[in-house]
Amino acid sequence: MGLEFYTSKLGDAVNWARKYSLFQYPFVTACCGMEFMALWGPKYDVARFGAEFPRFSPRQADLLIIVGTITERQGPVLRRVYEQMCEPKWTVAFGVCASTGGFYQNYSVMPGADQCIPIDVYIPGCPPRPEQVLDALQLLQDKIQKGEGYIQKRERAEHEAVKAGKLKVVG
Amino acid sequence: MSAAALERAKQILGTAVRSTHDKCGDETLVVDATTIRDTMKALRDDSELKMNFLVDLTCVDYLGNEPRFEVVYHLRSMTTGARLRVKAPLAEPADGSSPEIDSLVPLWRGANWFEREVFDMYGVKFRGHPDLRRILMYPEFVGYPMRKDYPKERRQPLVRRTPDEA
Ligand code: SF4
Repeated sequence: MGLEFYTSKLGDAVNWARKYSLFQYPFVTACCGMEFMALWGPKYDVARFGAEFPRFSPRQADLLIIVGTITERQGPVLRRVYEQMCEPKWTVAFGVCASTGGFYQNYSVMPGADQCIPIDVYIPGCPPRPEQVLDALQLLQDKIQKGEGYIQKRERAEHEAVKAGKLKVVG
Repeated sequence: MSAAALERAKQILGTAVRSTHDKCGDETLVVDATTIRDTMKALRDDSELKMNFLVDLTCVDYLGNEPRFEVVYHLRSMTTGARLRVKAPLAEPADGSSPEIDSLVPLWRGANWFEREVFDMYGVKFRGHPDLRRILMYPEFVGYPMRKDYPKERRQPLVRRTPDEA
């Protein structure tokens, strides 16, 4: 126990704070955007979950929501937006297009945004109901609390590697 | 609906017209592709027809037919309200290179992006086009995706996750 106990408790508190203060960057490309707007409106009010602030700069956001169809041509842009976000960061694929490519099977559509960036939560539906999105948000909050987001897991793995002497911290 | 316009068009175009029909009320002229610019100019500038608006320009790939391609133009007269469809059958050269047809940009500037799209999707070259580049697909893209022999499973990704992110 000792230090380990306190750091894990501190980690829990930090994760608790993180999960209720998600700053989202909406990457809206297609029809799913309409349902995304409903989510923000007073009826479904995503603000109740502490995620109401859209940030239109990825540098100020920690939740990337990919709303709509991603084409191969957009791939490098999406990748760059993701890379510009500061860690820790999370990603949600909103709708089947962002999750799998949806009903598109052709030369131009990327078969899921996870082809080019890691995704934490997938929301099915074409478009998804706002309730589904709220459900997904809660799933994501659970993941954040448990430290199971992709970036969190990677951070932990890196931490372990440093402790085991497999990875060196430089600078 | 535009039967009179079709009659008039047949009159002024003469031998450039290969056939005509009016299936489903769409008056259509099938014309010689080699003289397409003169044909369209005649339709546009005729004092009776006044086909002054190029509504659309696209292409169809009839794979297995001869000639393989058909460039399709839709015209409308903003003065008389008549509409005409003009089709120009275009054979694929035996060496597999791109078929060519004259550009209509000198007649309608609006043809510019339509022709770029047809070039991008079907690989039809428009002679005399000021800037014939891909318009929807990225420059690295190989092939012409709307051709019937482009495999639908074929992907040409620009970026993918790195292996350690999988
Ligand atoms: S999942 Fe459906 S609603 Fe959403 S972007 Fe795709 S096609 Fe549009």
